[in-house]
Amino acid sequence: MKVRNLSSNRSDKVEIPMTPMIDIVFQLLVFFIMTFQIVAQEGDFNIRMPLAAMSEGPPPIDQLPPMVVRMQADSQGNLAQISLNQRPMGVSMQRLHDEIRQVIGDDRGPGSVQETAEVELDCDYHLRYEHVIEAITAVSGYLDGSGNIVRLAEKIKFAPPRAAP
Amino acid sequence: MRIKKKSSEVVGGDMTPMIDMTFQLIAFFMVLINFTQAEQDDRIVLPDSELAKPPDGPLEYPITLHLTKEGTVIIGGEEIPISGLQPYLSREANVLRIRGRPLSDATIVIRGHKDARTGRVQELIKECQSSNFEKFALRAKEDVGN
Repeated sequence: MKVRNLSSNRSDKVEIPMTPMIDIVFQLLVFFIMTFQIVAQEGDFNIRMPLAAMSEGPPPIDQLPPMVVRMQADSQGNLAQISLNQRPMGVSMQRLHDEIRQVIGDDRGPGSVQETAEVELDCDYHLRYEHVIEAITAVSGYLDGSGNIVRLAEKIKFAPPRAAP
Repeated sequence: MRIKKKSSEVVGGDMTPMIDMTFQLIAFFMVLINFTQAEQDDRIVLPDSELAKPPDGPLEYPITLHLTKEGTVIIGGEEIPISGLQPYLSREANVLRIRGRPLSDATIVIRGHKDARTGRVQELIKECQSSNFEKFALRAKEDVGN
């Protein structure tokens, strides 16, 4: 009788071909590396633009008159002058921010100045849009030390558009 | 003379750590990859803002309008003037009506180029208002430099 050499059979490893798997894995890796791109986060600023019919009614009694931020542009569309309630303050967004922060204060909650305060942006037609976003950023809040957003004016609207030059 | 017998065995390195690392890399890229770029357009460079943070939840019914530097609106890859927007807005309004939802549920998201003229943004808002849309959001890019 022929006896099988069991011990030699046991030590034989079954070789799985790794090459195709590694090929595919590397192709996948290359695909993901090529298509990967870091996209900057985007966020929205809500603005109140009620329809004309709705705005005809009388404003609520506790509604403060809006703070009017007038932004004038030079011929290139750059910011030339900012005024808050007709008070000129150069081109400093920081100054605008400080003024708004002073008006709104630290009071928060229902019925607070922060809740009822409204800002109206009155901009020149050819002002570059990035200055509008800068102004909205200045009036709508700031980041505290830990990176959280502290809200200031939440009701922001545009004044009727000015005519094109 | 005695000749050494050449070994026929292939010296195979241990592939396991390399494959482990490769799979980890693939997992990393798969998690971070973002295919949802339907709302983005290379022609639009958004203005920066340190307060532009992604919202906590998705908007209920967003309608995104891309406003170029020249003051045209990009819809479906085509640039159209603001005055030619009415058919598109009417279509969106009809979709909302068919779904039985008021137009106030929709938010017009304006992705304006940072060098666009503000007057054009206001004209765009006015055009949307004439189609009875009333909720607007101005989109900005998070300023990570500050």
